[in-house]
Amino acid sequence: MRHTITLLVENRFGVLSRISGLFSGRGYNIESLSVGEEIDPRYSQMTIVTSGDDLIIEQINKQLNKLVDVIKVTDVTEFEHVEREMVLIKVTPRPERKAEVLNLAEIFRGRVVDSSESTYTIEITGDEKKIEAFIGLMKPMGIKDLVRTGKVAILREGFKK
Amino acid sequence: MKLTGSEILIESLKKEGVKHIFGYPGGVVLNIFDFLYDDKDIKLILTRHEQGAVHAADGYARATGKPGVVLVTSGPGATNTVTGIATASMDSVPLVVITGQVPTMLIGNDAFQEADIVGITRPCTKHNYLVKDVKDLAVVIKEAFHIAMSGRPGPVLIDLPKDVTAGKTDFVWPEKVHLEGYKPRYEGNKWMITQAAHLIEKSKKPVIVAGGGVIISGAHKELRELAELTQIPVTTTLMGIGCFPETNRLSLGMPGMHGTYYANKSIQDSDLLIALGMRFDDRVTGKTDSFAPNASIIHIDIDPTSIRKNVRVDIPIVGDVRKVLTALNKTIKTEAKTQWAQIRKAWLKQIDAWKRERPLTYTPSDEVIKPQAVVEKIYELTKGEAIITTEVGQNQMWAAQFYKYDKPRTFISSGGLGTMGFGFPAAIGVQLAFPEKLVIDIAGDGSIQMNIQELATAVLNRLPVKVVILNNGYLGMVRQWQELFYGERYSHTSLDVVPDFVKVAEAYGAAGLKATKPSEVEDVLREGLFKIKKTVFMDFVVDWKEKVYPMVPAGAPIDHMLFEEQEARQEKKRRLKVVK
Ligand SMILES: Cc1ncc(C[n+]2csc(CCOP(=O)(O)OP(=O)(O)O)c2C)c(N)n1
Ligand SMILES: [Mg+2]
Repeated sequence: MRHTITLLVENRFGVLSRISGLFSGRGYNIESLSVGEEIDPRYSQMTIVTSGDDLIIEQINKQLNKLVDVIKVTDVTEFEHVEREMVLIKVTPRPERKAEVLNLAEIFRGRVVDSSESTYTIEITGDEKKIEAFIGLMKPMGIKDLVRTGKVAILREGFKK
Repeated sequence: MKLTGSEILIESLKKEGVKHIFGYPGGVVLNIFDFLYDDKDIKLILTRHEQGAVHAADGYARATGKPGVVLVTSGPGATNTVTGIATASMDSVPLVVITGQVPTMLIGNDAFQEADIVGITRPCTKHNYLVKDVKDLAVVIKEAFHIAMSGRPGPVLIDLPKDVTAGKTDFVWPEKVHLEGYKPRYEGNKWMITQAAHLIEKSKKPVIVAGGGVIISGAHKELRELAELTQIPVTTTLMGIGCFPETNRLSLGMPGMHGTYYANKSIQDSDLLIALGMRFDDRVTGKTDSFAPNASIIHIDIDPTSIRKNVRVDIPIVGDVRKVLTALNKTIKTEAKTQWAQIRKAWLKQIDAWKRERPLTYTPSDEVIKPQAVVEKIYELTKGEAIITTEVGQNQMWAAQFYKYDKPRTFISSGGLGTMGFGFPAAIGVQLAFPEKLVIDIAGDGSIQMNIQELATAVLNRLPVKVVILNNGYLGMVRQWQELFYGERYSHTSLDVVPDFVKVAEAYGAAGLKATKPSEVEDVLREGLFKIKKTVFMDFVVDWKEKVYPMVPAGAPIDHMLFEEQEARQEKKRRLKVVK
């Protein structure tokens, strides 16, 4: 099963490679990984999406916890949480479909962040379903390039942990 | 007052109580070595290879429970430590390894003797550091020792660029460490401990499987109390050897691939396994699906990742084995009203029957020296008072099987990594820590050649380490697998040219003795162990056909054991076929 795990880690050099090395060394999956500084610059926040059976997920959580630079591990899959990902898509629609692209972007609350004679670059933020749906709709328009941030996740407030 | 990085390093080591460093010099550590030149309190033991330095520090640590300290140069010096660090990591040995590094300005430039040792050792250290600013140095050293020694111990590496060893700052020794992400848990969960006590009370056929964690946490007394109070038999894994007296009636010896018949039988038949400070290595469990099929499992270990990694567990208890056992023993004593001797009668009788049915044996001989007989003789002559280190292979297994260990920290062997070349330098470290003790490396002719250069270290430092070479002319353990599982195709396991070990020893200024006949064994041992007061190589030319039994083929359930007499029967059949 798929799990989203958030980590609070020391903002030190080498931390990312400790974590990615743990996954590659022990043969665990990483579907996506995102990192960014916390409010307190001594820490960083990471979100990892991984998959495996219950025993593997348990090991992943324990192994992450064992790293000295990892302060807190939360498997948010087990709690109420919000997940978001941002995607930048560069599409090359034929002239007669340009309006349709803009229309769809608006429906998905996307923003055109760059355009040229033949392309639009659209920024879309949302959960996985929304992103996949939008990508699906853009495919027939001609996707030239696509970059994703990977997921970030946060627990919802007011729900018991 | 401002001190240089080198001075801070040495002063910090003193604060940590370090008396010995094992090391090897080179360009980027010259500042540190220069400072050690006239230091009175810390002695540097110059080994002849950096791998030897790490294994020596490792032996020192395993024998004393104190951290072993290593100091080497950058690049090749650092990469030469990797096998030693991985060995220590697998067996939870506390080490602090200090490697020199090229100046911070040059890092990343492929400078002369630059290696990314922090990157290389990330997966085989408990933690590691690159110190970029001399101001961080004292804190890093303090943290390194704390991490190495606490929780599940392990090796920590500190990479020190040359400019940091020369840079100056105020020396402030931190009183405490502050590591937000590192808080090992020592106390076991009370409720779980009570549940464990209930299970033990209800169990008809319990077995304790004790591992290296019992030795590390110093829980041998508590283990003995539990076993004797509740009359539960104890099997000790390779790493746990010595944590429960093998002369005790409740001892089952070692379990697993080359374990005793009765240990494996007991595990397979038991209804409750109490696993203490062990991690269910595949050499212990064999095929995990068939491991202890009828047993509930109580697993006590300080490392949460060890629990439910390889086998299912009914009662997991994360904590220090000694602390948890103390609580468990107390709970049992106050709550259980069981007549232990009474309810264990049938189980212990069954176990005694297994012990009689198939004890550890071999076929003695008057013509060729049996390696097992040499080990038995060592036990007899030393009365079990020696500290034994081993190399890896058949020699290691015979050393585990045919010498009886009654005390913790008296059997020192590379278990998890199985590193040939470990035993001799480790013995040097042990001897340095215990100058008065008899320290014996039980070696193979292959393994001893992997760190044979340390003869110089032993001789120079007057360390009277005794090396018993079970010389079978082969990489015997691998040859055994080829014989049993690869149709006797002996691909590259004959050593063909084995050096004259007596001459090698003598060339280094050590003593050398040799026995080729069974009648010579005792004399050589008496001479080598007791009369000669310096480093000795004793070369025993042993029966090269001898194999380690029992043996569970890799991946088979642990009660599928091969025995010597089955081999004899097959041999007979083969001969009959030839006659026909
Ligand atoms: C460094 C290293 N390389 C290879 C091996 C694989 N290996 C395991 S046992 C063994 C043979 C050891 O030969 P020897 O030291 O003569 O011991 P014996 O089995 O003959 O007693 C080998 C090659 C190992 N354990 N360690
Ligand atoms: Mg050999």
